[in-house]
Amino acid sequence: MICSDAPVLIEICDLHARVDDQPILNGVNLTIKAGEIHALMGRNGSGKSTLSKVLAGHPAYSVTQGSVRYCGQDLLTLQPDQRSRIGVFLGFQYPVEIPGVSNLEFLRVSTNARRLEKGQEELDTFAFEDFVQERLGLVQMDPAFLDRSVNEGFSGGEKKRNEILQMALLEPLVAILDETDSGLDIDALRIVSAGVNQLSNAENAILLITHYQRLLDLIKPDYVHVMAAGRIVRSGDKTLALELERNGYEWVDQGLKALGTT
Amino acid sequence: MVEAPIKHRSALNNWRDKLLDRLEPPSGPMADLQAISRNQLESLPAPDCSQEDWRFCDLAPIAEIEPRQIFSLIKPAAPVVTNQVTRVVIGADQDPLAGVVLPEGLTLLNETELKQSLGNNSNLATSKGHWPLELNQAIAPRVIGLRVRGKVEETLELVCDAGNNRGVIAVHVLLILEEKSKLELLQVQLSAGANLTSVVVEVQLQKGAQLQHGLLALGHPQSALLAHLSVDQEPTSELCQASVCQGWGVMRHEPHLNQLDGGAHTELRALQLVNSNQLADTHSCVRFNGPEGALDQLHKAVAAGNGRSVFNGVVQVPREAQRTNAAQLSRSLLLSDRARIDTKPELKIVADDVKCAHGATVSRLQQDALFYLQSRGIAPPQAAQLLLRAFCDEVICMLPTAAHAWQPLTRLLDAV
Ligand SMILES: Nc1ncnc2c1ncn2[C@@H]1O[C@H](COP(=O)(O)OP(=O)(O)O)[C@@H](O)[C@H]1O
Ligand SMILES: [Mg+2]
Repeated sequence: MICSDAPVLIEICDLHARVDDQPILNGVNLTIKAGEIHALMGRNGSGKSTLSKVLAGHPAYSVTQGSVRYCGQDLLTLQPDQRSRIGVFLGFQYPVEIPGVSNLEFLRVSTNARRLEKGQEELDTFAFEDFVQERLGLVQMDPAFLDRSVNEGFSGGEKKRNEILQMALLEPLVAILDETDSGLDIDALRIVSAGVNQLSNAENAILLITHYQRLLDLIKPDYVHVMAAGRIVRSGDKTLALELERNGYEWVDQGLKALGTT
Repeated sequence: MVEAPIKHRSALNNWRDKLLDRLEPPSGPMADLQAISRNQLESLPAPDCSQEDWRFCDLAPIAEIEPRQIFSLIKPAAPVVTNQVTRVVIGADQDPLAGVVLPEGLTLLNETELKQSLGNNSNLATSKGHWPLELNQAIAPRVIGLRVRGKVEETLELVCDAGNNRGVIAVHVLLILEEKSKLELLQVQLSAGANLTSVVVEVQLQKGAQLQHGLLALGHPQSALLAHLSVDQEPTSELCQASVCQGWGVMRHEPHLNQLDGGAHTELRALQLVNSNQLADTHSCVRFNGPEGALDQLHKAVAAGNGRSVFNGVVQVPREAQRTNAAQLSRSLLLSDRARIDTKPELKIVADDVKCAHGATVSRLQQDALFYLQSRGIAPPQAAQLLLRAFCDEVICMLPTAAHAWQPLTRLLDAV
């Protein structure tokens, strides 16, 4: 939902980042306001996940230029855990398996960290169980997954549901969902999309990283951006995604060749 | 007495001499054994790093401990016992079994039985002249000897808390598990000061006998622990040992298992944690003296600070041990650049038709897991704790249920 006087939640300006000595992001510009849903598309390797990880504060990437402001703060100076607590959420493309750490406990510790930051009281184990049971419904996840180790032995789709469950518990202001649709079957895609739609409201915003129109049929983006070689090369409304579906990314290569940056 | 001048004597040899000097004359039921072992010990060079078996295990800090025997122990701060547990508190000189009502299936070994069975274990016989054993027998005032018949429903809990006493305490336990008997044993060793605990547990598992043995050993930076476990297993017997050791200035754990005619099952789970300048060394030895034996061994270590962790796992599969199935895995977690981990599997396989797997990994906390937790609002120290706890819990959960009253996980994590 676009609302011209909505507050800006996140403002990315000329962001450059590298891993080791290899530049990956080469000047990303993107502004997201409250209430908006943005889709980020682009070829494999164009830098989408890198952008999401830089926003989450992954230590492997170093920012060499540019800035990211989140709700008026300099996001890049904050630790990953602080970013999460103030409402930045990354739904991982490849959620990490953590053997031996109980999913339920992990979810509780994480939820409480965010609640404390918001000035809400911590939930004890019983109160949290009620809360999590309610949120499970949103992604129609089997409660049995709570008793297992974090993501351990989960199928691809189950991991993605677990990510959205975390989003539902943490109630972020900016949620970056990196290929949440990959690994989901048709039914699961519908369920997860319905969950995300339910969580979307006028106060928060979502950045959806995806390759597929079928997700954008279910979660309707206000803006679509195309990334190539570490920058956003084109932005438009949802018709841009349809155009990509029809014509592919060939035009991007040509554009880049003309710029001499491939 | 005139002594020939000796070029160089290690501090530990001097310490041993002083200790022997100060001991009361041999007395009590173990007097004969004490006398023999004292003689042995007198001429036995103390372990030092030039001996292969002690290469990474410097016992020098023991020489800092007062060379005297501890005669009485304070009552340990122990959790309330439930009715599934029979607790025996070792108080050095007093008979720890006095006044204890043994659960059904457990009886005391009388003196004749003790004399007959003590030191009979095959591997003890071959370890004559092993310094920690001789030291134990030189001073242990008694042997806690028990016979197990049938299934013992209650867990037997042996608690020995050296407290902040200065000196040496020796505990010796002998268990005979008769055919098809079953026992759960929890051994708790504690210390809170500059002392040495020497403990030897001898076990005979007859056919079909099952022992679940848990060792929970929580020490103090100035304390030392020398723990020797010697088990003889007859075919179809089962031993499941889980040990958790942390906090000792110096700790040496020596589980020696012998499958007398193969065909038995041995499961070993160990966790040792070192921090600051601590040293923990596990030297395990499993021997298959016949066919179709099985071993499942997991050794885990966590090294922080300047700590040093050593694991040496010998598995002997001679020609007669065909169709042995042995697996040994060592997994270590290095939490600091100054800590050290030395791990060495030693598979001595002569038989040809066997399955023997081994593996060893040393790693740091998984960065991607840490980041994942952190990206969910969990601060780095808490994220590290969650991962560490998961690492430790794999062994801790194998301790007998009674161990949980001692809150091993909380104590371990508080100390790292
Ligand atoms: N940690 C890393 N180490 C080395 N190369 C990386 C790392 N992360 C990303 N890259 C490289 O950066 C480029 C962009 O990757 P990524 O952001 O994952 O792309 P996308 O998500 O758009 O498919 C790729 O060429 C990838 O190999
Ligand atoms: Mg990606």
